[in-house]
Amino acid sequence: MSLLSAAGAMVRERVVGAGFVVSLLLHTARLTPRLPRRLRFFLDACHSAGVRALPVTLIVAMFAGMILALQTGIELRNYGQTGAIGTITALSMCREMGPFITAVVLAATVGSAMAAELGTMNVSDEVTALEVMSIDPADFLVLPRVAALTVMCPAVTVFSNLLGIAGGSLVAEFQLGISQTYYWNSVQDALSDTAHVLPKDVYVGLFKATVFGCLIAIISCACGLRAQGGAFGVGSAVQGAVRNSVIMIIVSGFIVTSLFYRGR
Amino acid sequence: MSETATQERGIRLRDVHKAFGERKVLCGMTFTVPKGTNYVLMGGSGTGKSVTLRHVIGILKPDRGSVQVDGIEVPELDRAGLMRLRTRMGYLFQAGALINWLTVADNVALPLRENQRAPRAEVRDRVMRVLELVGLADAAEQMPARISGGMKLRAGLARALVTEPEYVLYDEPNAGLDPITADQIHELIIRVRDELGVTGLIVTHSTRCATLCGDRIGVTESGRIVAEGTPEEMRRSTNELVRAFMSGGAD
Repeated sequence: MSLLSAAGAMVRERVVGAGFVVSLLLHTARLTPRLPRRLRFFLDACHSAGVRALPVTLIVAMFAGMILALQTGIELRNYGQTGAIGTITALSMCREMGPFITAVVLAATVGSAMAAELGTMNVSDEVTALEVMSIDPADFLVLPRVAALTVMCPAVTVFSNLLGIAGGSLVAEFQLGISQTYYWNSVQDALSDTAHVLPKDVYVGLFKATVFGCLIAIISCACGLRAQGGAFGVGSAVQGAVRNSVIMIIVSGFIVTSLFYRGR
Repeated sequence: MSETATQERGIRLRDVHKAFGERKVLCGMTFTVPKGTNYVLMGGSGTGKSVTLRHVIGILKPDRGSVQVDGIEVPELDRAGLMRLRTRMGYLFQAGALINWLTVADNVALPLRENQRAPRAEVRDRVMRVLELVGLADAAEQMPARISGGMKLRAGLARALVTEPEYVLYDEPNAGLDPITADQIHELIIRVRDELGVTGLIVTHSTRCATLCGDRIGVTESGRIVAEGTPEEMRRSTNELVRAFMSGGAD
């Protein structure tokens, strides 16, 4: 019975937490017209989310591109198809790997920092102080962070895509014997789309990154705002923020992919 | 003003009950704070003092009972009504609860900038005036992490006072302070009442704070007031709990 009640309490806690995230998202969306009043905090959050997280994201993206090119290239060599490595690396990075890697790195760095910051504010009564001053914490704390990460995640993804493809070019040349000219020509061919300003593979990837950025920020802020019980509570909030963000990145990534690409 | 209206002015709690899950925190909390006076809630940890303050400002709603400010039933207010009420109230948190990425001056200016849209020069003047009142004019541009606990509390008090509230709720205004700094805070609380006519509801463990700042003292136990009176009456009380507190053990 106690096991059942514990399981029930856990499920209830998860449902309440998910409900809080959804209601916070809707409330924050309604506050969007107030963003110009939060310009200073928005720019600060953009700096934290974009500029500070850029180096680590680029390192991870570059090596991911290299691994992708190497693993794929070894198999392609068995079929004499190493010439396709530029196409495969470019499409994989732009469609999936770039947005995914960027989002996971941002969840681990920026999202965790957001949860820790808001969690600490919550347990030290700073969030309550805002409410007491008739200042909506969603307006003051959440809106600039969500807007910043929603903008910066696709921006950082552009650089991740570029560095990932560039990393692939190094492997292609030095380990697979493909010339730089041939590699970059095949990348260009793969990403060319005369019908649209941006090729579909690029804009769907950037759309995904936008969704990821918004989800990471809202989940992290929600976890922070629900933190209770001092340092332990803040630690749990950070853990929950990263875990839930990564889960939602994967789930929403699949949903967006299935909306834009049909299996048949 | 009619006699009834005069009686209604102030803070009135009647038979307030509140539980968090199985844990009953308030069990019939009842007291009145007349306008222009300081009322001190004193009692052991976990007897519902801070929870009481949060009911008065509308952060928490009672399970049953009445919480009134100037005759307005606080739990029945909608969001807009609560915001209007809160603009007339200040709240001093235990550690000041300053926003850590804003300077002291920006923290104090926050309620003015957010709610009153006052011109920049007027905000600056009001902020500096209230910082001078609490003796922090020189620390206006300091970050909260760079100032002492006592200074944080004074900055918190400045933030609570900058909107010229009719009520200030003090949540353990001297917690963790040395006796000299604590006395500076006590002096400020008394000045706020005497010079600005602000009504105060003070939660404290300190007998010195209670007797210096309070016009009336209520001693809480198990979520309700078990003894009440002026500081002098409390000193003469035969109630064991009151005697334990008034003997200064808590200081």
